[in-house]
Amino acid sequence: MPNRTMVTVDGNEAAASVAHRTNEVCIIYPITPSSPMGELCDDWSAMGKENIWGQVPDITEMQSEAGAAGGVHGALQAGALTTTFTASQGLLLMIPNMYKIAGELNGFCMHVTARTLATHALSIFGDHSDVMACRQTGFAMLCSASVQEAHDFALVSQAATLHSRIPFLHFFDGFRTSHEVAKIEQLEDDDLRAMVTDELVAEHRKRALTPDAPKVRGTAQNPDTFFQAREACNPYHNAVPGIVEKVFEQFASLTGRRYGLFDYFGAEDAEDVIVMMGSGTDVAHEAIEVLNESGYKAGLVKVRLFRPFDVRAFLASLPRTVRRIAVLDRTKEPGAAGEPLYLEVVAALRQARRLDRQIADADPMVIGGRYGLASKEFTPAMVKGVYDLLKTDDPIHGFTVGIVDDVTHLSIPFDADFSIDPEDVTQCMFYGLGADGTVGANKNSIKIIGEQTDHYAQGYFVYDSKKSGAMTVSHLRFGPRPIRSAYLVTRADFIACSQFNFLEKFDVLAAAKDGATFLLNAPFDHDKVWDRLPLEIQQTILDKKLKVYVIDAQRVADQTGMGRRTNTIMQTCFFAISGVLPREEAIDRIKQSVEKTYGRKGAEVVRRNFQAVDETLANLRQLDIPQQADSRLRRLSFIQGDAPDFVTRVSAVMMEGKGDDLPVSAFPADGTWPMGTTKYEKRNIALEIPIWDEQICIQCNKCAFVCPHAAIRAKAYSDKDLADAPDTFQSMDYKAKDLRGLKFTIQVAPEDCTGCGLCVAVCPAKNKSEPRRRAINMEPHAEHVARERENYRFFLDLPDIERSLLQRLDVKGTQFLQPLFEYSGACSGCGETPYVKLATQLFGDRALIANATGCSSIYGGNLPTTPYCANDEGRGPAWSNSLFEDNAEFGFGMRLAIDALIQQARYLVKKLAPKLGDRLVGELLEAIGRGDEAGLAEQRGRIAELKRLLEKMDGPEAARLLLIADYLSRKSVWLFGGDGWAYDIGFGGLDHVFSQLRDVNILVLDTEVYSNTGGQASKSTPLGAAAKFAAAGKATNKKDLGLIAMSYGHVYVASVAMGANDNHTAKVFLEAESYPGPSLIIAYSHCIAHGYDMIMGLDQQKRAVESGIWPLYRFDPRLIAQGKPPLQLDSGAAKIAVSDYMRNEARFRMVEKIDPARFRMLAQKAQEHTTRRVSLYKQLSALVLPVEDGAPSAATPAQAN
Amino acid sequence: MDLSTRYLGFELRHPLIPGASPMGDSLDTVKALEDAGAPMIILRSLFEEQIKGEEMATYRSLEEPANSFAEASDYLPRSTPGLFKLGPDEYLDQIEKVRRAVAIPLVGSLNGVTLGGWLEYARLIEQAGADALELNLYQLATDPGLSGDQIEEQALAVIAEVRKKTTLPLSVKLSPFYSALANFAQRAADAGADALVLFNRLYQPDIDLENLEMIRINLSSSDELNLRLRWVAILFGRVKTNLSVSGGVHLPTDAVKAVMAGADSVQMVSALLRRGPGYLAEMVDGLERWLEEKEYDSLGQMRGSMSLLRCPDPSAYERANYSRMLQSWEA
Repeated sequence: MPNRTMVTVDGNEAAASVAHRTNEVCIIYPITPSSPMGELCDDWSAMGKENIWGQVPDITEMQSEAGAAGGVHGALQAGALTTTFTASQGLLLMIPNMYKIAGELNGFCMHVTARTLATHALSIFGDHSDVMACRQTGFAMLCSASVQEAHDFALVSQAATLHSRIPFLHFFDGFRTSHEVAKIEQLEDDDLRAMVTDELVAEHRKRALTPDAPKVRGTAQNPDTFFQAREACNPYHNAVPGIVEKVFEQFASLTGRRYGLFDYFGAEDAEDVIVMMGSGTDVAHEAIEVLNESGYKAGLVKVRLFRPFDVRAFLASLPRTVRRIAVLDRTKEPGAAGEPLYLEVVAALRQARRLDRQIADADPMVIGGRYGLASKEFTPAMVKGVYDLLKTDDPIHGFTVGIVDDVTHLSIPFDADFSIDPEDVTQCMFYGLGADGTVGANKNSIKIIGEQTDHYAQGYFVYDSKKSGAMTVSHLRFGPRPIRSAYLVTRADFIACSQFNFLEKFDVLAAAKDGATFLLNAPFDHDKVWDRLPLEIQQTILDKKLKVYVIDAQRVADQTGMGRRTNTIMQTCFFAISGVLPREEAIDRIKQSVEKTYGRKGAEVVRRNFQAVDETLANLRQLDIPQQADSRLRRLSFIQGDAPDFVTRVSAVMMEGKGDDLPVSAFPADGTWPMGTTKYEKRNIALEIPIWDEQICIQCNKCAFVCPHAAIRAKAYSDKDLADAPDTFQSMDYKAKDLRGLKFTIQVAPEDCTGCGLCVAVCPAKNKSEPRRRAINMEPHAEHVARERENYRFFLDLPDIERSLLQRLDVKGTQFLQPLFEYSGACSGCGETPYVKLATQLFGDRALIANATGCSSIYGGNLPTTPYCANDEGRGPAWSNSLFEDNAEFGFGMRLAIDALIQQARYLVKKLAPKLGDRLVGELLEAIGRGDEAGLAEQRGRIAELKRLLEKMDGPEAARLLLIADYLSRKSVWLFGGDGWAYDIGFGGLDHVFSQLRDVNILVLDTEVYSNTGGQASKSTPLGAAAKFAAAGKATNKKDLGLIAMSYGHVYVASVAMGANDNHTAKVFLEAESYPGPSLIIAYSHCIAHGYDMIMGLDQQKRAVESGIWPLYRFDPRLIAQGKPPLQLDSGAAKIAVSDYMRNEARFRMVEKIDPARFRMLAQKAQEHTTRRVSLYKQLSALVLPVEDGAPSAATPAQAN
Repeated sequence: MDLSTRYLGFELRHPLIPGASPMGDSLDTVKALEDAGAPMIILRSLFEEQIKGEEMATYRSLEEPANSFAEASDYLPRSTPGLFKLGPDEYLDQIEKVRRAVAIPLVGSLNGVTLGGWLEYARLIEQAGADALELNLYQLATDPGLSGDQIEEQALAVIAEVRKKTTLPLSVKLSPFYSALANFAQRAADAGADALVLFNRLYQPDIDLENLEMIRINLSSSDELNLRLRWVAILFGRVKTNLSVSGGVHLPTDAVKAVMAGADSVQMVSALLRRGPGYLAEMVDGLERWLEEKEYDSLGQMRGSMSLLRCPDPSAYERANYSRMLQSWEA
């Protein structure tokens, strides 16, 4: 047996490593949590890494998983060894092709990170819902339970599929396995060659479609033949279990690792057996080791090959003594007699009558249960709970474990204190902030431990749901044996916290064992730290006798020019204290890895990191612990002030990280969630916040306009409202004519601001004596928060101005309208959210929003809190996310519903006209479509009058109209989504919606890349930009979505960039909404995926427009009838070169750095394309189109049908 | 006409050299300059501060969003950390490419901040194939705690240390702001400079009155020449180094003046950027014609003719001139 390399990788890399080396073509589409597999393959191919036949695999990203599956099918038919990676909804989109691929007996292996499916809510986390939806496709399904298995079974599947001609779906648990970092033995190329032989490949090739030996596949068959022909594949499916067994044997002889179709573990004479698959089997395995020592006779069947389900092998795997079986499914099938694995087991036991008399005579009782949906923790305690359940007299079938179901009472109890604590395993937890680099440092530490010592190591990382100021918790274990604990650390020997303020909010020491070590980054001298700890923390330290080490890591980072990156400093402390490696050696290793990671990126980065490492030890101190806890500080409550019952009872618990404790009854059954709850979550993540200087302010409201989090706001109000103002509340006379006589204030929301600084960057008013000071300036959060908190509370209570009083809804006017989208979890400095906020300010009180999956659905609806909110009248945007691919259709459906309800209301109003009076009826029907503020207010008044009348009326028609009377006022349907949706996966639907006449408003938040899943190229990615799957710089032009939409002639189309022309943006939103047909707004959205400091986001937008690469325009079909050119080009001639825009962003710069000649070539092509495009637009903007009667035009809702 | 001159140990056909500027970034431009008769080319300065700043900015913009969110561990292609070269590599690659593209001597230019940076980058520039090195001593004395002596000592230490590290001919580009430029020039020569380049065109921002911002003026004009002429004239024959005029040379007569003041070479940037590489040939023709018209035998004949040592009215270069001018001023 060759001496193989031990590597520390995650499950995705483990699987992809085999897939890349054993395939020629890889066709993918990004989806969490499988994206890293495709990205790794792309990276490897980009670096010229070859497969085992000396060829660099060809990696292609498609427009959707449906596209990827079609591509895979074609590549297989044409004879290439082909693979793909996917999960969840993506897998569902592949199902139609999977039937074809299996039906035509293609040797093919796909790797799936099993993830739940969107039902009442989306979740990115792991369970088997997706793969179980494929069990009918004819694919073989092989399940890995660990990172090592993900590596091993990737090869087993690849070999078995070529042997059997049955396609394989190789899957492992999303996140728990795909993202767990573990030390595994790496398969060498020779291992791969031994298993995926040239003969197997040759057989695959021979089946290819080729004109040199033409064949036909994919005929249409009729009732006479289809059935028989469908049965013809049976021998191939029947052969699979035997083939997999043989491949397992061959694998064992190569590597020593032995697997079976079903692996039994536990007591030979076990009576109680759990049957399950996936990462949970390792947890059960670990639990059984302990339980059986304490008198249990527990057994476990680990299902490897789920499909084809080999009944004989399954029966053979059971101990002859089995009496009770619990089948654990990590999926849910409402309405089924049991979940899929349960049904399979029951059917197998029934067949035991023919196949296995012993088991048949034993006639074991079988129950099914669910666990671990969407990565719900599955722990040894739960395993014990299931065995304990089996021992009860009448164990419940269809039970759940891991939650409290107080509605249908299906959950089983378990002893949460039961845990497995091997003495030779060190367990660590690290609390950090996304931006401080804690997770990266821990991944690195695991690599160091895994690859430099004999220890096995495991790392798993938990992120909160925010994109800014996100808390991360790293769970690390290391010890002398392979680690099976596929669950979070609950009893830690070492806890580190890199953010002192976490102590005020979270119980970071809850998992500390007695005598554990606590490493704390504290921004104080070490002798001041104890007094600054909240009482609860002090008490825990004393009760658990913790050893406490402190370091002012931020000071070391500042001294060494590392900014907020405290990662290497905390990492050095960890190694210094934990003693897992000798101190000097550990420091050498850290430096080596810094050198390896950043060496090419620059000596300065390396130098500063080295310096940080060197400075660390001198600053690390062990704290002398006093005898008593005496702090005056207390841990803060998550909810400050009054909050509704649901928020206190549910949201607050989730914010605290204790959502696992909430019972079923806490939740609405249909996924409905209360609006506007972000305001209760005071995150205080900014280091600096903007402070207003009214002496300088020119009242332009630009600051409020660009704020991504609605955390700086403007109000104009009456002098008398100031009566109870706090002393420090700032106010000034309103300057312009329109609202003269009112007072004016710009106010920061100090606890909601993320400190991005966009408001200051955009502020045009400068202090004449000191122009670096503006009308708002960033000041330390700590100095201002208390005062501004009070001021903000007062500010919010000030009345909003009457909407109809605003004469102009330009940048300034719009910012007096209440944002109905606030304090979202979007990135600090986000380029999308200001547009979303603007839409809610203008139309939120009448809007339905259909939101495509992506960043905007995540910051729009990722719990625990919701940013969309209602105004004082209780009106606000009704928001929903259906899927990624269907958003245009989803929003279109909303429009159809509204149009239908309007039609019905209109009919009923007419019908009831005699009773309602002609004046009211006439006015009501006349004003249905009015969207201007005054018109809308009047119509709402009429509807109120109507309702009053209806309430007094009898008859079914009055009752029906009362229910839908509100539809007589204008409703505004919005379709939000990113470029991944609009340009790629959802384009077909979007195009269809363009082709209709219905009144929908489409806002494309164009970041030119798949932002949410980590920067994969879309068809919106501009020429020359590096993105994942376009690492060398995209070689083709960005698709001109606007031009495509314009080609219909009846679609309102506009391109905006608020950083270049904010008033243009405001004007476009108003025009688009007022247009009674489909409207498309393409909004330039700067993004962290562009690779520069977001405070420059607005400047870059300006450069994009000034270079011509992002022209501003409006195409308004209404102008055609007026004899004017419908296209208005709103940006002037280019002022700067496209390359001047490009050079400021790392996405372009990295191309220049890698290959300056290619960059110059791409920049020149981009310049040419830009010049031509602007020229084309300029010419189009001079075109007056002939007007003919009867030409199709956008319909009003009433006319549409 | 013999226009030849010797600069930094190289025999040049004429004294007009494309100075440190982005012209060297494009191989096409470099080749065009060679075709236009450039006898030597100086590449734009490698700025240590800029390199480090860019490294850190890129590091932060790529690293800070990483590992913060479950769905994306990073936002730009992963393969590139191995390929994405920050630091001086791009500059060094360019030297190598220019080296292969043209036959004329190539001068690398360097603006350091730290002694370590000066030494490291000097070594790398030499390795990349430059034939000579120009040290761009660009330092604004903004720190009130730092005396003129200290600044001069630091600068001299840089010259001396770089001199020890490299065998390349070394020119030192100076700013005009020294209390005793002649003395400093002398000591720079002693520290190992083979040539002095007068002067660095300091970043002298203008004020945008509308936006209350600083704005940059990029290109030079002939007005800037006089300051250079004066100091070359003062230093000629009194320091043992070559002298080069840089800044304000736009016309053949400007070059004539520079050589008469004592320059061994004349660097041109703004005029070439404005008019294109071909203008260099016109300048050479113009210079040649001027010499012929004035019946000079060679360029060497006039070098230093109007220097402090040789000119008919040396006091014109000295303070007296100033007072006389004031006296002759009639309001």
